[in-house]
Amino acid sequence: MHWTNAAAMVVLIGSGWGIYDDSVIIHGIYFPKSARIGSWAAESLLWHFAAMWVLVANGAAYLVYGVATGRLRERLLPIRPREIVQTVRDTLRLKLAHEDLTTYNAVQKILYIVAILAGIGQVVSGLAIWKPVQFSGLVALLGGFQGARLVHFAGMAVLVGFLVVHVVLSLLVPRTLWAMLTGGPVRRPALPATAREATR
Amino acid sequence: MRSPFRPLKVPDPGILDDHRALVRRIERRGLLRGGLSLGALTMLTGCDVTDTSAVGRALRAMSDFNDGVQAALFDPRKLAPEYPGSQVLKPPRFNAYYDVEDVKPIDGDAWRLELAGLISDKRPWTRRRIAELPEREIIIRHVCVEGWDYIGQWSGVPLRAFLERVGADLTAKYVAFKTADDYPSSIDMATALHPQTLLATRYAREELPDPYGYPLRLRMAVKLGYKNPKWITVIEVTNTYPGGYWESRGFGWFAGL
Repeated sequence: MHWTNAAAMVVLIGSGWGIYDDSVIIHGIYFPKSARIGSWAAESLLWHFAAMWVLVANGAAYLVYGVATGRLRERLLPIRPREIVQTVRDTLRLKLAHEDLTTYNAVQKILYIVAILAGIGQVVSGLAIWKPVQFSGLVALLGGFQGARLVHFAGMAVLVGFLVVHVVLSLLVPRTLWAMLTGGPVRRPALPATAREATR
Repeated sequence: MRSPFRPLKVPDPGILDDHRALVRRIERRGLLRGGLSLGALTMLTGCDVTDTSAVGRALRAMSDFNDGVQAALFDPRKLAPEYPGSQVLKPPRFNAYYDVEDVKPIDGDAWRLELAGLISDKRPWTRRRIAELPEREIIIRHVCVEGWDYIGQWSGVPLRAFLERVGADLTAKYVAFKTADDYPSSIDMATALHPQTLLATRYAREELPDPYGYPLRLRMAVKLGYKNPKWITVIEVTNTYPGGYWESRGFGWFAGL
């Protein structure tokens, strides 16, 4: 689920940049051709409108699953102010270690909640841009058509920011990468002897 | 409830220690340097794979699927918002696959609108006869696929009234257009029958200026800008998919708003 989401997200961001460049919202801000997905707007749109289904389907499955099993609540709540202060202080002292890979610290919890909310926001604002007549109420709520574009752009910026922090931190604590790839943390001694031989 | 995803035995936090020394050594410069190569990694996504036919075909198939979803989402009774006259942009924004200097004006007196396909009365129409038809005015938002928009004020005969008048088969799938600037286009019948779909002859209550499609153009509130052909010369009602200028170059066909 995580990697389907990651792939869909990267395609949506890259193709979104291609679409954005066709009519920029903020003058002077545009994305280089090498960073875009799709050689021109029509191709970027094809990618965007294909990947959106992957993100929506995968994201909906993730949320339903997370809410139904209680996993989301267990992992992301509660967030205590004292824990936030403690985590920020630890991080500034470069004490990045998690004591337990299966629990998130307070800042992680906040970041994941922000990312989930931004993802939902992107679907809503994206719907408003895609179908501004069928969902005209949504467009009015977002401050008009250009308002909806701006919200969609800001949501992208939040998600790209999250992605950068997320990737940098997981590279700094590499064992979490293994956990993400295999779906759960493992201990080296648990590996069978043959596997241990193979890794030497 | 304890989630089933939490392992019964938590991993030894010591596994994080092998990089503790590294984490202590982090310097801003190193982080920047690393960030650069991370940025370079994202450049890989810039590879153009759409030209490999399998990916291209998959994307086209998704686009066709999306056309179906859009047709299902389209509510033929839902009206697009209309706006006060004070918001109308004068003159409207020009857009075509060529520059405004290359517009070739049409001689309105010699111009004829021809009809083809599943229409019982195919006699050509002159400007004078079209002007006798009932008229409707709409002040609607034009949304371009590129992302820009403006409010425009259009008047002309509703396409539905025109199609009924000439005895078109309203159960057919498509209405197709040919234009003087060689910009074929086509729409679904549901959109053709929408109350805010006009064969426009005027903008802001004045005769349509040359760059905007004089003497006759299509103007719909429920489609993207590129679906609105200008300088129309032929209207055809058909069940065979007619495609269009941008559609054959990769843009979606339905393009509903």
